[in-house]
Amino acid sequence: MGVEMRLDLRTAVEPDRVHRSVYTDPGIFELEMDRIFNRVWTYVGHESQVKNPGDYWTVLIGRQPMVMVRHSDRTVHVLHNRCPHRGAMLYGNRAGNVGDAITCSYHSWQFNTDGTNKAIPLDKGYQGTRLAAGASDCQMRNMKPAARTEIYRGFVFASLAADGPSLTEWLGPAKIAFDDICNRAPAGEVEVVPTCFRVIQQSNWKIFLENQLDALHPAVTHESTGRAAYEVEEDFKKRGSKAPLAYHFMSAFYTTPVPKWDQFQTLNYANGHCILTGYMGLRPRDPDTLAYEAALTKAYGETRMEEILGVNIHHVLLYPGLSVQSPLQQLRAVRPLSVDRTLTEIWHFRLKGAPEAIYRRALGYYNLVNSPSTLINADDLWNFWKCHQGLASDGGDWVSFHRNAGQDSEADGVVTSCIGTSEAPMRNQFRAWKEFMGA
Amino acid sequence: MAKAKTKARPARTKRTGARRSTAVKTVAKAKLANGHADPLREIEQLLYRQAECLDARDWQGFIDLFTDDGLYWVPADPSQTTGDGVPSIFYEDRDLMTVRMRRLGHPRAWSQKTDWGTNHVVSNVVVEKEDPRTGDLVARSRFHMMEFRNDVTRHFAGSYVHHLKKTKGGYRIKLQRVDMVNAQGPYDYVLQAWV
Repeated sequence: MGVEMRLDLRTAVEPDRVHRSVYTDPGIFELEMDRIFNRVWTYVGHESQVKNPGDYWTVLIGRQPMVMVRHSDRTVHVLHNRCPHRGAMLYGNRAGNVGDAITCSYHSWQFNTDGTNKAIPLDKGYQGTRLAAGASDCQMRNMKPAARTEIYRGFVFASLAADGPSLTEWLGPAKIAFDDICNRAPAGEVEVVPTCFRVIQQSNWKIFLENQLDALHPAVTHESTGRAAYEVEEDFKKRGSKAPLAYHFMSAFYTTPVPKWDQFQTLNYANGHCILTGYMGLRPRDPDTLAYEAALTKAYGETRMEEILGVNIHHVLLYPGLSVQSPLQQLRAVRPLSVDRTLTEIWHFRLKGAPEAIYRRALGYYNLVNSPSTLINADDLWNFWKCHQGLASDGGDWVSFHRNAGQDSEADGVVTSCIGTSEAPMRNQFRAWKEFMGA
Repeated sequence: MAKAKTKARPARTKRTGARRSTAVKTVAKAKLANGHADPLREIEQLLYRQAECLDARDWQGFIDLFTDDGLYWVPADPSQTTGDGVPSIFYEDRDLMTVRMRRLGHPRAWSQKTDWGTNHVVSNVVVEKEDPRTGDLVARSRFHMMEFRNDVTRHFAGSYVHHLKKTKGGYRIKLQRVDMVNAQGPYDYVLQAWV
């Protein structure tokens, strides 16, 4: 079996449908690594993950094992995690602190935390060779940095391509993800909670991204948890008390019928980024929310406070590798492992200067929705696996993104969906995919 | 091993722990030759019953092993000392456990459609401390769990710490801490039921 027909990328993606092989063909996956993940800006981590000099976190950018390190001058560096001598990985743990230098476990080459060479034992052995200081290969004495590293409001990105748009150009209007999360902090910045949940999806990376702004699925996929949470909310009422807000994040999937999701909207930008507007009940009139509003008013004034809390976002999708829920202070970074396996790294943040109760609200969502015991994503990931199985079959060639095709409006390069359940975000993602892939 | 008891008490005839019947038919009481109840045996029976509840999917039986304010906690990080206000893999009171149970039983809990089952083995049971006044105690144990789901087996292991409250009906769980050996690793798919 298995004469794999090499697909012509130019015909694989049409405005309203996509050939299934872009999800299942390992050759296309390799091309995606080269043409997308090796070129775009990839989210590496938050500055507060590496507070002190010598702190580091390792991370994958595309296929490349990288490391984010805080240097002694407090700058953050993103480096290829590889000794230039024989190629051994240098930072062997997922995270930690190396002090002022990392030493290779193989031949004891030493590197400063900015990747520059600190010492090579018996360096005189290189005298007269091309590796000697100042000779033609002398760059091989240093760790190789990512081609470009930029930080936007504490969020660290790197690109393996020397050329291309700056980070803010690339983010475009979608940088609101980071503005929104930081502005919601009375101190104007966030701090990471240093626990990262990692969950592997047994499916192609694009299936996850398409699900992020899919307003049609929650009432279907999450009916069971929505209903269960709703019933327990009712139990609370019978006992004369009120369920914590976290229940509402789940019960909304039951109490928000499909037509209601149409009232939300998606905004679709260049490079595949999209926003789903609308959020459920984040400004109740409870004492915690009022205290939080007071802290924001103190920091910014009432008009600005209203503006900040009036930002109406459910998700921001930063194609191809990041899904941010700014009002809930969390994000999921996508690390494709293979054509049918995708690692998600899930982080959440504290709003500096906000009351503890506001953090607890984000924590409730993090634990119930985004932890490895998720009451929500269990059914999403099951759908993703089933989609991947179906797409690998010969039961049909195309994936349909026809819903409301041709009915959305476009102005200044921004596509605004006519209704919340329009498949505009998926079409927009593939528009970017096609450009990146040169198809 | 059992710590010295402060007060001898007669073996009870009524079953302890879960108020509802579970799939388990083991005898919940234990009796030493001298007629004194042995708390270690009683704790072991509780742990075995809990394992049976999970493997038999007797979710209500599982929940009923907990006190009314009982908590089930799987830390995200072994260095955590409380689940309060920090990220956890599970941190559930009986209300949240009830959400989980009702989800599992919902006809359209889609990811429950595929066949699955688990097998828990609990061992290395040690009584860490006992309050001589109340009889409440802390027991540590180890577990292995094999899950078969969607034609794939997964193996989980770790330690349990049960904070047990002594009641008229036997011990009930005030706090169960579950330290997964892979707590900080990537999860290939997720966990839908308690471990």
